[in-house]
Order: sequence, then C-alpha cells, then structure tokens
Amino acid sequence: MLNQYETVFIATPVLSESQMKEAVSKFKKVITDDKGEIVYEEDWGLKKLAYPIQKKSTGFYHLIEFRAEPETIAKLETEYRRDERIIRFLTMKMEKYAVAYAEKKRARKSAEQKQEEV
Amino acid sequence: MAQDNSEIRYLTPPTVEIKKKKYCRFRKNRIKYIDYKDPEFLKKFLNEQGKILPRRLTGTSLKYQRKVAVAIKRARHLALLPYVTDMLK
Repeated sequence: MLNQYETVFIATPVLSESQMKEAVSKFKKVITDDKGEIVYEEDWGLKKLAYPIQKKSTGFYHLIEFRAEPETIAKLETEYRRDERIIRFLTMKMEKYAVAYAEKKRARKSAEQKQEEV
Repeated sequence: MAQDNSEIRYLTPPTVEIKKKKYCRFRKNRIKYIDYKDPEFLKKFLNEQGKILPRRLTGTSLKYQRKVAVAIKRARHLALLPYVTDMLK
C-alpha cells in the first residue's frame, strides 16, 4: 500500500538555476528509485525566510507530492540531511482531506490557466 | 419636551451588551484541511508577537484548533511564519 506524502525543502540561495534543477532531480530520483511515483511538483522560487536559517535570509522552495512506501521517507530524509545545499525540509503524510484539498487546488489552478488562454 | 426625556441621566452612557455569537469558521465553511503553505490565512490565528491565539478569542472548535496549531507549527518550521516577532500584521 502506497501512502501519499508531501515534501517541501529549502535550498541555499547561492545555487544557480541549473544546480537547483540538479538537486530537484536528485531527490525525485530517490523517490522514483524506490518504486515511488511523483504526483505533482511545484517550484516556489526564491522566497524570503521569516527568520534567518544558517545566516541566510532567503531560500529556494520546492514542493514535491508523491506516493511511496513508508521506508522511502527515511531514505529521502537522510539524503536531505547529507546534502549541504538543503537548509530546511519538511515531509508530511497526506490524509484524505489533504489529498482532496491538493487536488481541488490544482484543478482550480488549471482552470484559471485555461481561462487565461481563452 | 427635552426636559421630560432627561429624567434619568447617566455619567457614562449605559452600554447595551449585544453578544456576538462566536462560531468555528471551519465548521461553518466546511473546511476539512488547514493548509500550512498559506501563511496569510494562518496569520488570522496569531497575535502581533506571532503567538497562537486561544480558542476563547477565535471561537474555533477544539478539533480544528488542534489542526490550526499543527499547521502553524509546520509553517514556522519552513520559515513561512516567524517563531517570535514584533508587529506582525
């Protein structure tokens, strides 16, 4: 039984765009290598932090929604801890209301995009 | 006529207490999930110092107060909300 999870990480602001992409694909690979599947991902870009972390006041935020076995989470989090580029991360198991909320939010977003195109 | 009305005079005008019934906004709007990624919404449940407001002020039901608290703590961890501050809002 695969559970649905959501993970957000903050990378250091010193990274270039290609380095950031490389970091994202690395963590996605950790998930997919363990028979997980990516449901959705979202790049929030460079954001200002509410308080300094490791003396940095900004960071790149990235969100990944995925389905995976519970064992994958421990592997993913060790990868986060080993990686010096990651300054903060949060992984959360999505309960059914969270999944419904995320789907609704995505549906609304795609509907808006369609309207813009028309 | 003016004198007839001034039979009872108050130093401070009597305040008629109209108690506005508090309600739980999550129950009322049928919100089931509280998103930690939306700091602007969560700010409604914080005071100026960034502390979580008690239930007796916001009117949130216990079930959702717990969820609000968890969402705020997650947002704080991700630096979307501050742990301590002054003059939030």
